[in-house]
Amino acid sequence: MGQITLNQITKSFGDVQVIPPLDLQIDDGEFVVFVGPSGCGKSTLLRLIAGLEDVTSGEIDIDGRDATEVPPAKRGLAMVFQSYALYPHMSVRKNIAFPLRMAGLDKAARNAKVDAAAKVLNLTDYLDRRPGQLSGGQRQRVAIGRAIVREPAAFLFDEPLSNLDAALRVNMRLEISELHQSLKTTMIYVTHDQVEAMTMADKIVVLQAGVIEQVGSPLELYHTPRNRFVAGFIGSPKMNFMMGAFAAEFDAATIGIRPEHISVSRSEGKWSGRVGVSEHLGSDTFLYVEVDGLSDPVTVRSTGEVGFRHGDTVYLTPDAGKIHRFNNQGLRIA
Amino acid sequence: MATQHSRSAARIMMAPAVFLLLGWMLIPLTMTLVFSFKKYLPLRGGDLGWVGFDNYVRFVSSSAFWPSVQTTLVIVGGVLVITIVLGVLLSILLDQPMWGQGIVRILVIAPFFVMPTVSALVWKNMFMDPVNGLFAHLWQAFGAQPIEWLSDASLLSIIIIVSWQWLPFATLILLTAIQSLDSEQLEAAEMDGAPPLARFGFIILPHLSRAITIVILIQTIFLLAIFAEIFVTTGGAFGTRTLTYLIFQRVLESQNVGLGSAGGVYAIILANIVAIFLMRIVGKNLDA
Amino acid sequence: MARAVTTRRKTINTLAAWAIGLLIFFPILWTILTSFKTEAQAINDPPLFLFFDWTLENYAVVQERSDYMRYLWNSVIIAGGSTLLGILIGVPAAWSMAFVPSKRTKDILMWMLSTKMLPAVGVLYPIYLLFIELGLLDTRVGLTLVLMLINLPIIIWMLYTYFKEIPGEILEAARMDGATLKEEILYILTPMAIPGIASTVLLNIILAWNEAFWTLNLTAAKAAPLTAFIASYSSPEGLFYAKLSAASTMAIAPILILGWFSQKQLVRGLTFGAVK
Repeated sequence: MGQITLNQITKSFGDVQVIPPLDLQIDDGEFVVFVGPSGCGKSTLLRLIAGLEDVTSGEIDIDGRDATEVPPAKRGLAMVFQSYALYPHMSVRKNIAFPLRMAGLDKAARNAKVDAAAKVLNLTDYLDRRPGQLSGGQRQRVAIGRAIVREPAAFLFDEPLSNLDAALRVNMRLEISELHQSLKTTMIYVTHDQVEAMTMADKIVVLQAGVIEQVGSPLELYHTPRNRFVAGFIGSPKMNFMMGAFAAEFDAATIGIRPEHISVSRSEGKWSGRVGVSEHLGSDTFLYVEVDGLSDPVTVRSTGEVGFRHGDTVYLTPDAGKIHRFNNQGLRIA
Repeated sequence: MATQHSRSAARIMMAPAVFLLLGWMLIPLTMTLVFSFKKYLPLRGGDLGWVGFDNYVRFVSSSAFWPSVQTTLVIVGGVLVITIVLGVLLSILLDQPMWGQGIVRILVIAPFFVMPTVSALVWKNMFMDPVNGLFAHLWQAFGAQPIEWLSDASLLSIIIIVSWQWLPFATLILLTAIQSLDSEQLEAAEMDGAPPLARFGFIILPHLSRAITIVILIQTIFLLAIFAEIFVTTGGAFGTRTLTYLIFQRVLESQNVGLGSAGGVYAIILANIVAIFLMRIVGKNLDA
Repeated sequence: MARAVTTRRKTINTLAAWAIGLLIFFPILWTILTSFKTEAQAINDPPLFLFFDWTLENYAVVQERSDYMRYLWNSVIIAGGSTLLGILIGVPAAWSMAFVPSKRTKDILMWMLSTKMLPAVGVLYPIYLLFIELGLLDTRVGLTLVLMLINLPIIIWMLYTYFKEIPGEILEAARMDGATLKEEILYILTPMAIPGIASTVLLNIILAWNEAFWTLNLTAAKAAPLTAFIASYSSPEGLFYAKLSAASTMAIAPILILGWFSQKQLVRGLTFGAVK
């Protein structure tokens, strides 16, 4: 249940090919996150899997069967939309019951399932309200409830948390992760937020311009990014990149070092520079250092409060074991 | 929604509307075109054969033609000027804070919903009648001689009646447009030191210019076709014979169908010119 | 503007606006008042505003003598019928254009709107002739058809804009939930589209009721609606102001009330979306 295979999928809109031939395997029970910048095709890919868009060529298999020509309703998948897409003229109960009604269940059976889902999602008190009377987080849960009752082979989430405020987003992230742990159903999750990707995924698929840049577990992508793009996309704040003499020293065209892998000292170190902007969060300090010989500032992250201010001269030393090397095609050198 | 099933379903669903409108447009148009090239007098002999462009020439060279064009221009132009100028002022006024704005809106909008025959007759009899009309009483109260509106000031009378009917439309459109003006723009201008008149000229008016253009285009199309008001008041006499009315008379009253049809073709061409401008704006909006 | 507006300014605005509003509304007010006067008092010099002998005799006379009910009924049937027909044809067309757009959808929509701009007088004689041939002259059926055709572009246009406002995602959710096309339209689209359909119906009834070209030229005694009935007062005998007022009040009252509710629809329907 819930195994999905994409075989040489392409998608074109008119003459524009937005997804060149693409292969992907999603195993049963995995939490897979499609992540990438705006316009990278992650939502399109999700919609192809859902059946809301037709593939231009290629094959989609769901649980071993070819689902490429199968209409969305019959694929056994459930989707949670970015705007929740709740039916405004129906109560929460009717919203959640709708797919069951379409499947032909009688009223008693429908109510039983709706009540069960509502209990899991803490919606029991809201069953008779209309979507317009609910908060963002509650609407989210109704959308999830509508998906759960279908007992699908896989859940598809299309940037579900983008419309929520920051605090709510953190809560809902946890809830969705917990849901995955209890249901153990395959979940495919689209987001542009790499924090969500890192925290929720079993497997991350990084996309750029319709091309899969890398597939791997969060830590794989963190420690061994395949190319410059993935290296710069995963991890916040962004990895520092240096070229020219700085990179040549390590036999590479470009080197990358994450802000958290650089140590700062007032007295000695490999690279010297002056502190530009310094951000003090209490738990961390971010320093943006103008290093001699580099045009862009280097971001440095230190734990706790380190007491450096604007204008201070500092010395930076990268952790040698954590330097990433890239050739002039941007690919990782081992 | 882009699957094969829905596409064929869509074509079937659009078919009746497309066929009906196509028929509505092509059949009578073709007939008018055919008649315009014939000498066709149903009351005096019927179809008398092809005469080429004869009707077209005779229509514009008839002594009634240029006066009718003039009349049309005066009426349409007059109504446009009055409705737009007053419409802009009124919409600005209605946008101001006041009590009972909703009711004032209803009062101002009401004339548009009155059927043209009622408006025309109410104005003709109860206001403009030289003996019993309110204007007559008013004039007499100031010691002046009442005006014979519909005979001496006939064009003005028609313009008054039609403007009264269309002012609500212009006002409503312009009010909608004004209310879409971001108040922050005006506040920024105020902070920049602009006095009210400058704010009107540099911010409000340019913002309204699009709405004004649309009002002009739409009203022109409808005003060119004014009929009922003239029909029930002057019957085209006293110099109120517009191009539309002239065609109507040729075709239905004197039953010179060929001549009237040629006139009809002229009217269609004229309306199309205005329509092209309007459709360009609508088209741009559809892309948005 | 969030600043406190002086009461003085608000008062001036209110006085000015009300004065102008009442001035504009005055002819309608005067007509309604006159409908309750006797004919003699209707032409009284000086004109009587409120203090006269209020009477309902005009309403009675108009309804009895001129077979008013038939004209009213004709207006109702023609306006209602053309609207109903227009909706039946327009809803599927607008649905397909809004939800299954093709490259030519925009062009077709614009073409439909352009048919509304055809000057009626240009096709008057052919229609007149066709009606005689088909036996449709002075029939309610004929008039209903014509009014439906001239308003169909506006109906389709308005429905199209309302349909476009329904978020596509909700329909996709229905599809994912297992709904067939028919179920999608029945259970999701139509309930959400009802306000839009109602608005379109409202505007169309108003436009059809007030139409005064075809209703004047294609009817005589049998199918004439109120527009034509009122037109018959243009060559009256004897004193008639009060009766004209009563007839007029009855003719315009339903639409004035409907119009009250339909301002937004008016803007949407008659500016073809060019003003928002």
